[in-house]
Amino acid sequence: MAVDAGSPGSTATLSQSTRDLMTVTATNLLLEATDVSKTYGAVVALDHASLAVRPGEVHALIGANGAGKSTFVKILTGAVRPDAGRIVVRGRERTSQSPADARRNGLVSVYQEPAVIPDLDIRDNLRLTSTSLAGFRFWLNELGLENLDLSTPARRLPLASLRIVDLARALAIEPDVLLLDEITAALPANLTERVLHVVQQQGDERAVIFISHRLIEIAAICDRATVLRNGETVGVVDVAAGSEERILDLMLGEAGAALGEHAQSAVSATHRPEQVPRISARNLSDGRRLRDATFDLYPGEVLGVVALDGQGQDELFDLLSGAERPAAGSLLVDGKPVSFHHPADAIRMGVCFVAADRAEALLMQRSVRENISLPFSARITRWGWIDLGRERQKIDKAVDTLQIDARAGSEVRRLSGGNQQKVTIARWVASGVKTMLCFDPTRGIDIRTKTQIYMLLRELAAAGAAILLYTSELKEVQLVCDRVIVIFNGEVVAELPAGGADEAALLRAAHNLKPGAELPEAMAAGTATAKAAVEAAVEASEAAGQP
Amino acid sequence: MTASAATVDRSSAAAGIIGRFGRNNAWTLSLLGFLAALLVFTKAINPHYGLTSFQFTATAVLPLALAAVAQTVIVISGGIDLSVSSQMALTSCVAATLMQNYPGEGLAVAIVLLTLALGLLLGAVNGALIVVTKVPDIVVTLSTYFVWAGFALLVRPAPGGAAASWLEGLAVGYVGIPLLPMAAVVLAVIVAVIWIPLVRSRLGLSLFAVGSNRLAAFRSGVPVNRTKFLSYVIGGLIAAFAGLSLTASTGIGSPVPEPTYVLISIGAVVLGGVSLAGGVGGVFGPIMAVVVLQLIRDDMTFMNVDPNYGLVAQGFILIGVLMVGSLIHMRRSRS
Repeated sequence: MAVDAGSPGSTATLSQSTRDLMTVTATNLLLEATDVSKTYGAVVALDHASLAVRPGEVHALIGANGAGKSTFVKILTGAVRPDAGRIVVRGRERTSQSPADARRNGLVSVYQEPAVIPDLDIRDNLRLTSTSLAGFRFWLNELGLENLDLSTPARRLPLASLRIVDLARALAIEPDVLLLDEITAALPANLTERVLHVVQQQGDERAVIFISHRLIEIAAICDRATVLRNGETVGVVDVAAGSEERILDLMLGEAGAALGEHAQSAVSATHRPEQVPRISARNLSDGRRLRDATFDLYPGEVLGVVALDGQGQDELFDLLSGAERPAAGSLLVDGKPVSFHHPADAIRMGVCFVAADRAEALLMQRSVRENISLPFSARITRWGWIDLGRERQKIDKAVDTLQIDARAGSEVRRLSGGNQQKVTIARWVASGVKTMLCFDPTRGIDIRTKTQIYMLLRELAAAGAAILLYTSELKEVQLVCDRVIVIFNGEVVAELPAGGADEAALLRAAHNLKPGAELPEAMAAGTATAKAAVEAAVEASEAAGQP
Repeated sequence: MTASAATVDRSSAAAGIIGRFGRNNAWTLSLLGFLAALLVFTKAINPHYGLTSFQFTATAVLPLALAAVAQTVIVISGGIDLSVSSQMALTSCVAATLMQNYPGEGLAVAIVLLTLALGLLLGAVNGALIVVTKVPDIVVTLSTYFVWAGFALLVRPAPGGAAASWLEGLAVGYVGIPLLPMAAVVLAVIVAVIWIPLVRSRLGLSLFAVGSNRLAAFRSGVPVNRTKFLSYVIGGLIAAFAGLSLTASTGIGSPVPEPTYVLISIGAVVLGGVSLAGGVGGVFGPIMAVVVLQLIRDDMTFMNVDPNYGLVAQGFILIGVLMVGSLIHMRRSRS
């Protein structure tokens, strides 16, 4: 009942989860979450999701970006309250109001960002959470950090060590259920091995919920896996050799599974070889997450970037937009090597950045006009008055082009999210864009605005702009992009033509799984169809725009 | 205020403009209403309060109003200046001492210009220290408060000096009609020459941008550090005007910074609708707030209230008004 209530997936999925349920009765489940739902405004984050964890198992929680994993974890640990649903721990219904409450209920989590106070030393951090020192020492030894000096201030420790400290502390609390959110992300290989080993060695009484993008790790240490898709539990898989494919199928759903064989990494010829790339990245690295990014972005194309969370894509965009400086590698704009010291340098070269988080891009208390005029008015070196007349023309044109509803224009924070995002794009359109770096520009935006933004990107590309588009919406890659590159673990691991970049192929590539058979003709046909669809949509919108 | 007034979309109907102007400047308008009520109250308790008294109020307000404008420019770009009163004391002492040692009406013009340059320098030191050392604004300007105050005492161990008579004339009396106090006109001219071009310039937009959202400003190519530095330079210039107005209204330079000036300038900024978080506000609100605070003090003196109670009352008024303001704000953002 727990699992299949929320699994209207394929018949195979249903029978799988039913079989699971028959072997386990509800009473000996350690943790059982049933029909958990959560909506944020119009966005449904979780829709009757369920999870059943047995004592002694390592249970993976899997889903693509936006499938609802993090919301589920936040609900389990009391950080977010669900709209509906039941959480039962050891046979008793529990509602956790806060992470501290969840801990009293036996649920302890370790997040990607270690929950330690940087200015306190490790011993004081432990005292803060009343953690037993002996238990902590024991697990620290097990995890291979026996030489750690407990009087070191937390801020002096590298991130990897802090993660281990956080994990050892969580283990020392002796929780019933331990939630590990991407615990191995950005850990060096030897520590990863120790962590996986320790996770596997937890006794019969404890369960571990293991969240990871790395299917190989899941295959290595997990007993079962619950797969989420669009906020629903779509299946529970007994993990064994070869179950990666099945997990991927579940993540994709039926439509994806049918197309799953299209995966491949042939390079399309959308750009002529004699063209000079607008941007060439060669072995670009930030010294941390991004290790080796090499790719070309040509004028007139939309190049998609696909990656699971935290594979170095944030860092890549920071380097390209001049917000950070690269640790290694080189960057060429129009064939000439450049080094950006400030976003202003990048903007001067026509390279501009559109962030996913509007709060990072907008002056929320200022007007639409000021927000749009910010970048091209901002250069103090060209001292002087803002030419209000000329500026207004440019702004009006941009507002028109993007169909921004600027009725509440005196303060940008009063606009809807979609209109806010249009303002961030409009400022670059107004100042004449040559290269636009879009980092998940449609995150949390309604479908109509999303379509408008995608059409605008296509129009800009048609007018000769080069557009790099990171998107967490794999479905939409084919609709907007000409090509797509895939980043895994800080490296560009694959390049696909849009035609071959269906959700299945992208997910496979994003998990760094080797592609299947090649189908170049089907792929080319796919490209044509997707392009035609967008062009038709653009035409339709133009027609609608005529009075 | 000017900034948001300029954003009003001219293409909409006139009624829309007025309505929007009212909405965008609700705080300033209600402050104006409060000021009017206060003037009526003053006249009611003191029938002798006439145009001459109003001119005295204007003269007393001028240095404080300029200090508040200096503070406003800095607060809008996300900083704060605790050294504003000792900048005033130092520039005032330098001007008064030079004018005593080198008398002459014509020479005084050069001395005024020199004093303004000193103000720019003081602001530049503040700004450079903040930008280069990354020490928080409040710490840097607290330290320079003592440094400037020390210099002021070195220049003038005791109050004294002189002021050119044309300079003194700029702080008292009226222009044309008695309703137009000289001090108010001087204030209006300084604001018109510095503030209005500023908000219409690229630099002005950058000041608001840096104060409103540093990251967004950085991402949009705004040179954040340079902008912050310049906000202190402009603040220093206006503080020098404030120092000169002290010399003009008293005829001397006093080396001991009036400690309440800093707090009143910050209080007036807040009361005037400028967000201490930066990015929002204008100068008219703070100027009106200074007048309000001055009138309250005058009324209490007139009513023979113990000056110590007067301070308590001023503090309560500040808290009260801010509480009402944030209640309105919360109500509005909820709807």
